[in-house]
Amino acid sequence: MNVSYELIVIGGGPAGMAAAYGAWRHGLRRILVIERDGELGGILNQCIHNGFGLHYFKEELTGPEFAERFINMLAEAQIDVLTGTTVLELAPGRKVHAVGSRSGYNIFAADSIVLAMGCRERTRGAINIPGTRPAGVLTAGAAQRLVNIEGYMVGKRVVILGSGDIGLIMARRLTLEGAKVLACVEVMPYSGGITRNIVQCLEDYNIPLYLSHTITDIRGNRRVEQVVVSKVDDGRQPIPGTEIVFDCDTVMLSVGLVPENELSRAAGINLDSRTNGPTVRDNMETSAPGIFACGNVLHVHDIVDFVTAEGERAGAAAAAFVTAQTPPGANLLRIVNGDGVTYTVPQTIDRDNMGDSVAVFFRPRRIFRDSHIVVEHAGGTLKAFKRPHMMPGEMERVNIARDVLAGAAGEITISCKELET
Amino acid sequence: MTKLVCIVCPKGCRLEVDEQNGCSVTGNSCPRGEVYGKSELQNPTRTITSTVRLTGAAHRRCPVKTAAPIPKHLISDAMRLLDDIEVSAPVKLGQTIVPDICGTGIAFVATRSFAAINY
Repeated sequence: MNVSYELIVIGGGPAGMAAAYGAWRHGLRRILVIERDGELGGILNQCIHNGFGLHYFKEELTGPEFAERFINMLAEAQIDVLTGTTVLELAPGRKVHAVGSRSGYNIFAADSIVLAMGCRERTRGAINIPGTRPAGVLTAGAAQRLVNIEGYMVGKRVVILGSGDIGLIMARRLTLEGAKVLACVEVMPYSGGITRNIVQCLEDYNIPLYLSHTITDIRGNRRVEQVVVSKVDDGRQPIPGTEIVFDCDTVMLSVGLVPENELSRAAGINLDSRTNGPTVRDNMETSAPGIFACGNVLHVHDIVDFVTAEGERAGAAAAAFVTAQTPPGANLLRIVNGDGVTYTVPQTIDRDNMGDSVAVFFRPRRIFRDSHIVVEHAGGTLKAFKRPHMMPGEMERVNIARDVLAGAAGEITISCKELET
Repeated sequence: MTKLVCIVCPKGCRLEVDEQNGCSVTGNSCPRGEVYGKSELQNPTRTITSTVRLTGAAHRRCPVKTAAPIPKHLISDAMRLLDDIEVSAPVKLGQTIVPDICGTGIAFVATRSFAAINY
């Protein structure tokens, strides 16, 4: 194992593996992936359901199958991998401090770094659910790991709070394993998960989805015994008199994911308060030169194929940085969030160095039907993209061609506009 | 006319299937949507994923899937077939775990490889 690398990737999940492979395809050879877990693959290893890879591999795979393909690709490319190793610090000069019980304490020097640490689940403490503190309250991802990898059943009668994708997937999974999923409770008037999962995971198994509802009490001494669910008003406040009591032993939380940026923050990398991830240019480069970011550490994705694509872009950009060291151009365009747009990634576009087009990702603030995504500059429309249906649970993407931005300077605005009917 | 959300891919196209008209499909944005819309009314199927007991490997469960979608009404019977299965490492991705699910000719296969380890 070397002590200096052209690229060090932090995190061996789908984003990190794609970044390493992308950099290799673009000519880098001394690449190291550092992974905290005992094996590569990240969250894919516990996502045993199918539906991965339709964009990237053009076939429908399960999470472990998707991971194994990339693990094999990395092995064939002879990319170094250090598992069971945690990165402690990104020191100035792109020095990576890492420690592991078998690998020991190492300081690696890197010409470039890709951040691919992924995200963490929000917990009961993050959303302050009232009630007692019994056993049986856990996050959907923790339940998924327990059931699918470690082989433990988490409960018999389950209420799910939040309609995020992992919660929906686990509703089906626990049902198939013999549990009774009594309800999926969502505080918003729409689901947080992708439509496909509502159909395949709830409707197929007659699991009721309570929109505009939330848990207002958890009861139980040693173990969860009951939860109280209440309807909420437009301001998301519980409405007295609407309580429904469920007898259950488990509460599973699927209430959002937060990018895991302790390393980035400590390294002084600029973070976006809307995404909780680093701010990046269109080449996925953060505010720190030579440090790139991709995947859920940057912004929380719905679909692994998009993570993979983003990872490959970050890896390719890292390779370009190592070989050419091109500084940002003079025409940096800042993307302003217009109506209906909660954030964009990237946050800026380097007009001088951008490729033929740049993919801009964002989440719509609410449900939009028969709408346009509009790119504007100085009050004029540069480009409009038609969308029959958009919802916050599904990330949107527009590809903005280079020539569309030819006359723009300073900033452009992206917004969602409903068509007049 | 039945309204469906297509689940072939994460896009979630909103389909309309006309039973009076040989289950013709509108609202799809790819050919797979048309196939799904028809079969969802005529013969709904699902790919089922689960795990089986695993020995001699780094983990205790081996993930499996149906090699092809199986009829929806066979889901619980298919799940029961897995209850008593135990595989031991080494396991190869794609290895047959249950050769025939309820006479469909469709197998449960492993979705991940496991090396054998000795503690």
